[in-house]
Amino acid sequence: MATVDLRNVCKRFGTHQVISDVSLSLEQGEFVVFVGPSGCGKSTLLRMIAGLEDITSGALSIGGEDMTDRLPADRGVAMVFQSYALYPHMTVYENMAFGLEQARLKKDAIRTRVMEAAKMLQIEDLIDRKPKALSGGQRQRVAIGRAITRDPRVFLFDEPLSNLDAALRGETRVEITRLHARLADTTMIYVTHDQVEAMTLADRIVVLNKGHVEQVGAPLELYENPASKFVAGFIGSPRMNFLTGPIAATLGAETFGIRPEDLAIGDTGDWPGRVLLTEALGADTFVHVETDLSPEPLIARAPGRSSFRAGQPVALTPDPARIHLFDTDGQPVTARERAEA
Amino acid sequence: MAIIKRIGFWALVTVIVAQAVFPFYYAVLTSFESGQAIFDINYLPKVIEFVNYRKAFDDGVFGRQILNSVFVAAVVVALSLFLAVTASFALARIPFRGRGIILLLILSVSMFPQIAVLSGLFAMVRAMGLFNSLWSLVFSYMIFTLPFTVWVLTTFMRKLPTEIEEAAIMDGARPMTIIRRVFLPLLWPAMVTTGLLAFIHAWNEFLFALTFLSTDTQRTVPVAIALISGASEFEIPWGSIMAASVIVTLPLVALVLVFQRKIISGLTAGAVKG
Repeated sequence: MATVDLRNVCKRFGTHQVISDVSLSLEQGEFVVFVGPSGCGKSTLLRMIAGLEDITSGALSIGGEDMTDRLPADRGVAMVFQSYALYPHMTVYENMAFGLEQARLKKDAIRTRVMEAAKMLQIEDLIDRKPKALSGGQRQRVAIGRAITRDPRVFLFDEPLSNLDAALRGETRVEITRLHARLADTTMIYVTHDQVEAMTLADRIVVLNKGHVEQVGAPLELYENPASKFVAGFIGSPRMNFLTGPIAATLGAETFGIRPEDLAIGDTGDWPGRVLLTEALGADTFVHVETDLSPEPLIARAPGRSSFRAGQPVALTPDPARIHLFDTDGQPVTARERAEA
Repeated sequence: MAIIKRIGFWALVTVIVAQAVFPFYYAVLTSFESGQAIFDINYLPKVIEFVNYRKAFDDGVFGRQILNSVFVAAVVVALSLFLAVTASFALARIPFRGRGIILLLILSVSMFPQIAVLSGLFAMVRAMGLFNSLWSLVFSYMIFTLPFTVWVLTTFMRKLPTEIEEAAIMDGARPMTIIRRVFLPLLWPAMVTTGLLAFIHAWNEFLFALTFLSTDTQRTVPVAIALISGASEFEIPWGSIMAASVIVTLPLVALVLVFQRKIISGLTAGAVKG
């Protein structure tokens, strides 16, 4: 039902520029994840779309309608907060009905909508409980339910999983994906600092850094073709290995980047070194290798059952097709620039 | 050693309890005695008579004076809480220039000794035509109830999570709805605590009540009790005074007992997240 357009949006707190000149356009029904390190402005940007923060300059429109100065409740958006923000003195039902009461809906219309949402989220039998009597996962569902009942055009999530434990986080993530499939027309914007959430949930990821957009793209596109050294380092875990010095210079770049899985490890190869430590995760083993190329150890991915021991001499070979090169500004070095060097 | 420590501890407890309770206990004791018996020193009840209690109501105005006190204290509490909740919402939740200064100003109001503002207040009360009206007390008592109700509720309201308010904003609630439907229910413990303190303060106040009211039917109980006089100027009717004192203490005790749970949670609020 609604596209979301940000045009040259800025946010200043006093003299401090938090968001500088962000322009984005989100399609209807798209699941977009804002990701970035803490303090990059991703939550502020979300709150500006919600209307909880004023937009210092620039314009916001939702569904083609200018919303820059509209009240939050008139924007057709609903938000799920990090701490759930349920009203502690109200039951689950009252929590979900509160927004509808404010919109002056009839009692039975409210009932139908609340019960519908409760059914969708399987919290029907919790409807008379107070938030205190709910587990973290249940509270999260109620928070989502409260947002659903308002039938928003745009759904905003502010790090909704960060208060849940690891197992529940995975489960809720799947549930949000399902919710998105069910509410196919609803545009969803999701803020997180967790790149696994970003990679798994997003149709498109917006990487933010220091208040500006570093790159916008599909998860794998960002992974394969990072538009800057920042994105290359931020997306992917363990992070990309970065090398500076002659090895980069011979290719006409300042920084040479290679992901752990693109670094073959064996007895012989291009870069000899020594195993510093290994992290066996079951399916994969990450081997940290000390080399003469950089003061930082390089990380290479090996199969799960490989047996590298600390101190063992090994050699690494980068896959030439998977090398990422960046100039002094952190911008990618193009093939032409590379050929010239 | 352990035994000495224990004995010392309980001795200390006894002293503290006695110091706190004895004056009131002695008033209760005296109120049950009459005639010459009042002047015999005894620490356990010898006779229990209700003559003094009957006498307290005999002249007819004491009941009226209790109602005066109830009226003044209740109106002061209601007005203070209403003003304090709305003020503290602004002071705690809405960022504006000079917030800190306003809070300090409010606090500084309570800094002046009553006697220092008495004559000025008297002039104001006269000018407003409130002399000998209970509204003069309502007006003047707010001078000391508002600073602490505003301060306590502001501190309390600051501790309520911002996200709850933001959720209500997203739900389309206006500020007054947020105060009424979201904040008030969460503020109950704090409101009961501050309301009760304000009530006690208004109930016990003496100096303003003595100054601003001139006729017997308008007086509040602390002044009324102090002005109880005997048959001659040489007689101080201790029995009646004590009986009246006990009567006016009971409502406070009852209030504290009724609300004690809320008071405790109000005083410890913020220590544990809800």
